[in-house]
Amino acid sequence: MAAVEETVEQVRRVGADQYKYGFITDIESDLAPKGLSEEVIRFISAKKDEPEWMLEWRLEAYRRWLTMTEPKWARVDYPAIDYQDLYYYAAPKSTAGPKSLDEVDPELLRTYEKLGIPLHEREILAGVERPEGEERPRVAVDAVFDSVSVATTFKEELKKSGVIFCPISEALREHPELVRKYLGTVVPTSDNYFATLNSAVFSDGSFVYIPPGVRCPMELSTYFRINEKNTGQFERTLIIADRGSYVSYLEGCTAPKRDENQLHAAVVELVALDDAEIKYSTVQNWYPGDENGKGGIYNFVTKRGDCRGANSKISWTQVETGSAITWKYPSCVLRGDNSRGEFYSIAISNGRQQVDSGTKMIHLGKGTTSRIISKGISAGRSSNAYRGLVSAHRKAEGARNFTNCDSLLIGDACSAHTIPYIEAKNPSCVFEHEATTSKISEDVLFYCMQRGLSQEDATALVVNGFVRDVLQQLPMEFAVEAQKLISVSLEGSVG
Amino acid sequence: MGNAPTTPARKLTDAEARLAEIFAMQQSAGAPQLAKLRTAAFDAFSKTGLPNRRDEAWKYTDLRALLRDVKPLAAPPEESAKQHARNAATLTGVASRRVVFVGGYFAPALSDLADLEAGLSVMSLSEALAKGDAAAMTQIGNVGEVDDPAFALNTAFMGEGVVIRVGAGVCVDRPIQLVFVAGAQPATYFLRSLVIVEKGARATLIESFEGETAQEYHVNAATEVVLEEGASLERLKISHEGAAAMHVSTFVASLAAGALLSDFGLNLGGAVLRNQSFININGPGAHAAMRGANILKGKEHADATLFLDHAAERSESKALFKSVLDDSSQAVFQGKILVRPGAQKTDARMMARTLLLSEGAQANCKPELEIFADDVQCAHGSTVGALDENLIFYLMARGIPQAEAQSLLTEAFVGEVIDAVENRSVRDALSALVSERLRTQ
Repeated sequence: MAAVEETVEQVRRVGADQYKYGFITDIESDLAPKGLSEEVIRFISAKKDEPEWMLEWRLEAYRRWLTMTEPKWARVDYPAIDYQDLYYYAAPKSTAGPKSLDEVDPELLRTYEKLGIPLHEREILAGVERPEGEERPRVAVDAVFDSVSVATTFKEELKKSGVIFCPISEALREHPELVRKYLGTVVPTSDNYFATLNSAVFSDGSFVYIPPGVRCPMELSTYFRINEKNTGQFERTLIIADRGSYVSYLEGCTAPKRDENQLHAAVVELVALDDAEIKYSTVQNWYPGDENGKGGIYNFVTKRGDCRGANSKISWTQVETGSAITWKYPSCVLRGDNSRGEFYSIAISNGRQQVDSGTKMIHLGKGTTSRIISKGISAGRSSNAYRGLVSAHRKAEGARNFTNCDSLLIGDACSAHTIPYIEAKNPSCVFEHEATTSKISEDVLFYCMQRGLSQEDATALVVNGFVRDVLQQLPMEFAVEAQKLISVSLEGSVG
Repeated sequence: MGNAPTTPARKLTDAEARLAEIFAMQQSAGAPQLAKLRTAAFDAFSKTGLPNRRDEAWKYTDLRALLRDVKPLAAPPEESAKQHARNAATLTGVASRRVVFVGGYFAPALSDLADLEAGLSVMSLSEALAKGDAAAMTQIGNVGEVDDPAFALNTAFMGEGVVIRVGAGVCVDRPIQLVFVAGAQPATYFLRSLVIVEKGARATLIESFEGETAQEYHVNAATEVVLEEGASLERLKISHEGAAAMHVSTFVASLAAGALLSDFGLNLGGAVLRNQSFININGPGAHAAMRGANILKGKEHADATLFLDHAAERSESKALFKSVLDDSSQAVFQGKILVRPGAQKTDARMMARTLLLSEGAQANCKPELEIFADDVQCAHGSTVGALDENLIFYLMARGIPQAEAQSLLTEAFVGEVIDAVENRSVRDALSALVSERLRTQ
């Protein structure tokens, strides 16, 4: 009995401390007036020095949003969000005016250092060790702090190959024609409740344009940090890969531990033209709340990629360990003939987390193919749902999909759900779906423990084996972090 | 912020208004039996109205759009209809005990209720209610908790059907076949049956629906089955409705410890067909095998919706559904496996396969898992595709003409579901039905 109690105690302690990015940066912020109104939207637009058409675009979205109701179909349960009790814009005061890297507030630099994100170009992402002599991979970082981008590295070097990588607010000023041509063409302002809200109030995010035939010389990444109290983060990312280009983009995110819930409603739009390829990887590690479900980020995200050109390819890879609520369905619209969509996901929920995530593969063009590999792991008292749609339209001749979604349950107070929709309107399509749910086999655990592994190590080993298919898809730099995250997130779930 | 749930009074569709009218008429014509149950059911229906595509369970079969008008409740059939029903053809090769209903009314002259096996009781629903059969009175509508508008309508309007009771330990070898023959005139039939299989008893139940008329008629059928401890039932349902008919059927079953249910539904015709099953596995060690096949042509639409509720330990369920879709027909499969907290060691497997034979055919599939217990094995799978070119080539290379090769492969595809039917004479009759249907263009 004593041993059991000890374990329970240990679990309790670990549970409370395991989120190591929960610190708060003490920095003075410039806030928009609390609440949401046309004035606040004008305020945000003015802060960003946006063209008139952009303001109109935002206001139109806002007026539409007022007529919409919050969707209730997801398997998540949360108290009503008071949209007037939020700050829609928060920026560290010190960021006013454009600055070079050397001028960024040292307090901010320290924050990112603590998070393992280097904002000096000579450094590399923490946690990656390479043998002596081997060239270290370089990663360009756009660091978004609350509502603004505080620094973007390697901009000059990227410019040499014609790649545009900058905060979207800067893109609106410097490349308005590109932004106007593509913004809202993948996720229209009317798409859904949260996307419409984002369209009205989005602040910063990254803009990427890869010119025809260019293979982006380094990985691009954006690191999102929510810091200020009572704020929501509404970033907007737009990535365009022109004909025959290639880009790999990474996204990471963390937030401080706070008792109240914070809203994060992002929109990500990807456009791949003929023969282009976009690889989009996310390690989502927002604060998940404490073990009683207090605090944590509400993550309502709309991510969609449009394979607009023939032979284009978009691949989503995600490792989801954070957020109190995750509502997110990175999707691919396979419009171009022979285009390809991929979705690899690991969603881990612990404590009181609620995950409703999945993907949509919409086959419109001929010979389009897609693959979905989703692994859900629920522990503690969490709920983890995979929700997905695979559809083939009448003209999607020869469309092909393979879906595999597996769930693993750890403990008897959690739940796992699988809700796939398969809609085929073309006789030549081939869709295959398989899903399983099971628990970690006691035989396997026993086998490992008999060889001297502790129960937690054994569980981590089994879990890592379970999610290996997905981890292999992550760029090296993130795979290391993701592997660590998985063990952190599951710590304390055995006992 | 504009999020307050607003429920503006919706304008009733013509069909809904007509249903309310008929219900009021039914009530004023003197309180029918089970008046309380009926009123509660109609109230429940009125709250939601006819289900539409915004109702998750009816997403792919929008009844509000499909049911434009309500045909009048069936009137007693004419003699000619009864004569015609003598030729009811479904499964004539099976030596079953036939209980025949013509145009929604029990036809004793066509039925065979003589020399019932000891321990078996078969009674028409109207007779059971008139007699005040206690079991019928308490069990009807209470076999499982089903929150569904079509089932609620059936409860509100239930007309005729049977009440069958198989006494404890009794094994009834001869299949009992309920034959429902539609009348010649457009009408709405509300059919309701209750089957109680007591402890350790065993029986085979066949429900066949047929109609020859090209007129539009509507069938709303419901069968409730209670399987007591260790009881076993094989149920087969064959829908071979008229070309313009709409058929919605609800199957509710509750399984006690160690009970065995084997269910097979075959859809061979009808404009709109929906079979929905709600299987409540309440006893440990119970086993449910659910199978279905659709062979559709023209613009036919068939929907199989299955809800398997595992509420007890060590229970098992296996589901296998196959569809063959030709022309611009449409098949829907929605299956949900729910494993409740504490239902450890559940083993649930579900598979849906669809074969698309033509350009306009369409398949929608939604197999769901909802798991609240950790020591379980659950899996589901779904495939959609055309016939394998390589297999056709293989057969053609051996001198089999293309059309023949295709129908051979299609038959084999459907065969897998039929092979699992236990009763041999029924299985042979079903195979014959299927190959006939596949070979007629």
